[in-house]
Amino acid sequence: MPVSPSPLPASDRLRFLTCGSVDDGKSTLIGRLLHDCGQVPEDIVEAARRQSPAGATGPGGLDFAYLLDGLEAERQQGITIDVSYRSFMTPRRAFQVADCPGHAQYTRNMATAASNCDVAIILIDARKGLLEQTRRHATLCAMLGIKDIAVAINKMDLMAWSQATFDVIVRDFSSLSDRLGFLSVEAFPTAATLGVNLVTRQGSPDWYVKGTLLDWLERVEVSRKARSQALRLKVQWVARPDQDSRLYLGNLSSGSLRVGDTVQVGHSGQLAQVTSLLVAGVPSHAAQAGDPVAIELSEHVDLTQGDILCGQTPQPDFASQFAADLIWFDATPMTPGRTYILKGASGWVTGSISRLKYRKDLESDRENAASVLGMNEIGLCNLALSKPMLCDPFATHPTTGGFIVVDQVSNETLGAGMIRHSLRRSANLTPVAATIDPSARVARFGHRPLVIWLTGLSGSGKSTIAKLVEASLWAQGVATSMLDGDNLRTGLCRDLGFTDADRVENIRRTAEAAKLLHQSGLVVLCALISPFQRDREMAKSLIGQADFLEVFVDTPLETCITRDPKGLYKKALAGEIPNFTGIGSAYEAPLEPGLHLKTNDASPEALSAIVTNKVLSQIRG
Amino acid sequence: MKPHLKSLEAEAIAIFREAAGAFARPVMMFSIGKDSTVLLHLAAKAFAPAKIPFPLLHIDTTWKFREMIAFRSRVAKTYGVDILVHTNQEGLANGINPIDSGAALHTHVMKTLALKQALDHYQFDAAIGGARRDEEKSRAKERIFSFRSAGHVWDPRKQRPELWDVYNTRLHTGESVRVFPLSNWTEIDIWDYVEAESIEVVPLYFSALRPVVRRSGTWIMVDDGRLPLEADETPQMKNVRFRTLGCYPLSGAIESEAKSVNDILEEMRGSRYSERQGRLIDGDGTGSMEAKKREGYF
Repeated sequence: MPVSPSPLPASDRLRFLTCGSVDDGKSTLIGRLLHDCGQVPEDIVEAARRQSPAGATGPGGLDFAYLLDGLEAERQQGITIDVSYRSFMTPRRAFQVADCPGHAQYTRNMATAASNCDVAIILIDARKGLLEQTRRHATLCAMLGIKDIAVAINKMDLMAWSQATFDVIVRDFSSLSDRLGFLSVEAFPTAATLGVNLVTRQGSPDWYVKGTLLDWLERVEVSRKARSQALRLKVQWVARPDQDSRLYLGNLSSGSLRVGDTVQVGHSGQLAQVTSLLVAGVPSHAAQAGDPVAIELSEHVDLTQGDILCGQTPQPDFASQFAADLIWFDATPMTPGRTYILKGASGWVTGSISRLKYRKDLESDRENAASVLGMNEIGLCNLALSKPMLCDPFATHPTTGGFIVVDQVSNETLGAGMIRHSLRRSANLTPVAATIDPSARVARFGHRPLVIWLTGLSGSGKSTIAKLVEASLWAQGVATSMLDGDNLRTGLCRDLGFTDADRVENIRRTAEAAKLLHQSGLVVLCALISPFQRDREMAKSLIGQADFLEVFVDTPLETCITRDPKGLYKKALAGEIPNFTGIGSAYEAPLEPGLHLKTNDASPEALSAIVTNKVLSQIRG
Repeated sequence: MKPHLKSLEAEAIAIFREAAGAFARPVMMFSIGKDSTVLLHLAAKAFAPAKIPFPLLHIDTTWKFREMIAFRSRVAKTYGVDILVHTNQEGLANGINPIDSGAALHTHVMKTLALKQALDHYQFDAAIGGARRDEEKSRAKERIFSFRSAGHVWDPRKQRPELWDVYNTRLHTGESVRVFPLSNWTEIDIWDYVEAESIEVVPLYFSALRPVVRRSGTWIMVDDGRLPLEADETPQMKNVRFRTLGCYPLSGAIESEAKSVNDILEEMRGSRYSERQGRLIDGDGTGSMEAKKREGYF
């Protein structure tokens, strides 16, 4: 097909990424593309030429990848670690390209780029065909909503421009892309180092009669740009220009807005009319999707930064349980039951993955049962939140249907999710309101309830101290209850082992049990190794910080090994017990415990008196 | 306004608002150049008609062009903002300057260390700056909300994933972020926007007859009596302008007749050299920008 001149496509900058496996030539392809478009200033080419390794085959010994790989470590290792964003322009269109790393360990960076791109170029090394990483990147592009794909089958010069090779790879890729639901796919035989079929057809084999990659980039119409028509306005800031007025500032993620329109506060359903509207600081009558707006409302509503404003129809779906596709980025696996922080279109919320329905095997495209999601793995999950959030399906609401998963201790971004649909389950279950008022329980028992959480190594003395404290409290008229790790494991938690995932679930069940006893007005003593800080945080957030006393029973490991009351250390050191805390599994000491007991310095009786006094002052003070 | 400028503007405004809402003590870096001026204009639009809800900070090395300092006072009035000015007094007392100390040491002490001093002194947890990805290779790799561990250290190998416009803005005490609303803008976009919004910028960007001497293959302006002249050097009057501005002994001018924004755009489209070529501070070795950024440079 001869290249037909086409009019300038409507004009917004095209954002695209290049992805694929390691050494398929992504950076080289982009470097060459920029170079052949005449978009690289001479001093930059000169600098890249000086850095290029000896034997580079580009003009004057230039390695085109060095026009992009900007980090020292990248140049030293000859790989791409993080995404490089480059802008360039042709007479037809302006572009921003995101050059992505191919290594699986940097999948998080590829996903970062894909989330904000319109279309993708997937590179395939003609000598290798489709690799797992090709499938991973294609799958991620699809999950993140990219609909239009160019497949650059590269290094064709090294396969003597074999049409048969090209056809086989095209066929393999179409069987993958059919499943992934791309709307348009075009394939190009390329040789990036030589520049064939990037900007010019020079050197292209006779059997290939279509256009170049650049033709495609200039002409492609972006399918993903279609947005939902539903009004979504994320409130980022509330401004008070003067005493009387209150302006809500945010971007219109989707839909349109006019002065006089009725909007509703997402989480409460409160209604109000838009009385004035500014777009990018300028008074306006109407705003379109993507516009930065500031609005005033007719009513005083409970609305602050992080909240979302919606239209009345269709009614926005707020739910505290939903299903989502999840990509995991962190080296520590995603474990169902563990508490994470989520941020989506309606702000921050805590929650956990209640169920991992399957993990996707990229090689076979099968959906396998799994207990955790490891680094760079993809799965379908159910999530449960501490409060409802806006559940816009990502497929129809690409600007509001995504969320990130953050670690509540380290604050690292661990994963990202795309909402599929809310789960009605949560809507049909209404917690039964207590008939007996908590204050009535306080009056009956003569004290407030409290959860005392003793954490420490096995053999540190948790149970010993807990028993002494309980006896002493009981003697002073306190209604108590005891949840001991070993006792729970022989009953409520007897199906659980000692893997990280099972430990998380063990803590969750204990915390839930403690919560029920706490709600009954009791002072609950929990004695568990509970080695992970984030899990203790989860227990604390479940009970509520004010009624949670974390007690660190601090006994050095050597002392515990010497004591070894149950003979467990002996077995663990002999390798008979895997994942034993302190030996085969880590113990994370509390950073700021409510009480820090050093058992080497004092007797259990003296330490329990400290706890008892602290508890009494807290529940009766 | 061109559609792509409009979406860049929308993105920048959203980033400003997000930073204002997410952090306890944000600050906007104001270096007086064209990018900073566009940044200020966008900040004003982001919060209009209310005032910009964070202060501006200028790190003054005491070697900026006189016209830049005059412009700083003028622009503060135009936009009704207060600009905090910080100079590394210790560096000044030790006689650090771009001529005797060399570009690298001067930049480290009077810019990087000075910036860290100011951020620590005011306890800012977010510093909003006008850096663009198209300026330089290591900038091209940086996130929009770019995390800094305690001590302002950037670890390019451990950047937080950043999906859609859902930014992870959570920090521990002592940690901070650098925020870049102009990440996706190019030099041409900046000038297009300056033209579209009629933004006043420092006149040094436009061609005029200025006293200059030829050094290291570029034109250095003799802005005051502090620039020592070699025996055979005599300042000559030339029609020059600057593509980027910094300390005057370190900023190279180009010969140019461009007297308006449109002239500049025309000139740039024909240029075969990058914007930072006039910056003498970037040239000390491969990866020098990355090294400076790791230490806390903007």
